[in-house]
Amino acid sequence: MDEAQRVNVGGSVNGARFEREVEPRLLLSDFLRHDLHLTGTHVGCEHGVCGACTVLVDGEAVRSCLMLAVQAEGCEIITVEGLAGDDLHPIQAAFHEEHGLQCGFCTPGILTSLLPFLRDHPDPDEQEIREAISGNLCRCTGYQNIVSAVKLAAEQMRK
Amino acid sequence: MKPAPFEYVRPASVEEAISALTEGGYAAKALAGGQSLIPAMNFRLAQPAVLVDLGGLDELRGIHPRDDGGLVIGAMTLHREVEHSSLVAEHLPLLAEVMPWIAHPQIRNRGTVGGSLAHADPAAELPSVMQVLDAVLHVQGPDGVRTVPIDEFYYGLFTTALEPDELLTAVEIPPLPAGSRSAFEEVSRRHGDFALAGVAAVVQEAEDGTVARARLSLLSVGDGPVLAERAMACLAGRTLTAESIREAAALTSEDLDPPGDIHASAEFRRHLAGVLTTRALDRLRA
Repeated sequence: MDEAQRVNVGGSVNGARFEREVEPRLLLSDFLRHDLHLTGTHVGCEHGVCGACTVLVDGEAVRSCLMLAVQAEGCEIITVEGLAGDDLHPIQAAFHEEHGLQCGFCTPGILTSLLPFLRDHPDPDEQEIREAISGNLCRCTGYQNIVSAVKLAAEQMRK
Repeated sequence: MKPAPFEYVRPASVEEAISALTEGGYAAKALAGGQSLIPAMNFRLAQPAVLVDLGGLDELRGIHPRDDGGLVIGAMTLHREVEHSSLVAEHLPLLAEVMPWIAHPQIRNRGTVGGSLAHADPAAELPSVMQVLDAVLHVQGPDGVRTVPIDEFYYGLFTTALEPDELLTAVEIPPLPAGSRSAFEEVSRRHGDFALAGVAAVVQEAEDGTVARARLSLLSVGDGPVLAERAMACLAGRTLTAESIREAAALTSEDLDPPGDIHASAEFRRHLAGVLTTRALDRLRA
């Protein structure tokens, strides 16, 4: 095989600029973890089912395993590392408070999915919450405490 | 890395994209939102030698109203954009109704209308919805533009009338005829999962209250969207009553030859198709 093609990709992650040359077949999930060393984004199924790799691209939740890194050209990306400031983000604090995680593998994807959801639905009912996390698999909690945590987070964020 | 190596091309115009597809032939693949193609590439079920990324083609994005109330939707328009479009909500309530059924929000944020239609997954919602809406597909190739009525677009499993050097550029949807009502019904294991079965229905009522024309298209029960032709014919000229609906649902089930898999047996899918047809038609009774 000829020498692999490399393509320039530039954008920002959690407010910091990046510029890299990558093989076009590199997934955004692997780019974040291996090239930018942001290992908070978890890689589960790698075919778009589990939701663990969810990140925000230009403010909307997407699966980073279903995106090539080169498709992020010019995009603003937020990963779970970008949520907390000096304190935990209210969503993170609510998950802590309500015991919304056990092993934690699915948590980064759930938190990043919830960020735009709570932006668009500041006062969600339980049905809406369950639909919002329907694309994120959690094998520990049974979801009950996750739903409680989302309710608490919504309440805190409305204040 | 998960996908096999490929040459990446990011064209700046539809013409450039078509040149790249023409050059690549059967080894080239157009990348729209990637929500079906990239998983297939991650599994290495798809190994295109050339990947033509349509992401830069803004000319293929947008929802444009026709003067008569119909809509032209660019192939690269995101599911999310259709879901939140006030034009769609106003003119094509069936399309607005179906959007939340398409996968999960994270997928709808990347997935495109054209990608879904061209991919031709038998479990996809949009092909059936476009079928009952009598949509027309705009297709561009090296020799120019042609239009394909939706009833002539689907050939079979993941197969359409698109040639390897052609690109689906837009879908054009006429306004619903006066007196029309529409409904969508689906069952999946979990909201957002692949449908076990689903049905899109449009019924146009004549002035005397009888059915002037009925369109019923099933999903996830065949090798593409399946028109329930005998059921459609049996409703014409009659009013929607418990009796005529029962008959149409029975004909729908009878005519199907659905696949069975770990999620649902063929028998269950056939049963489900009848139940969903009944539910959809019940909603359309005056």
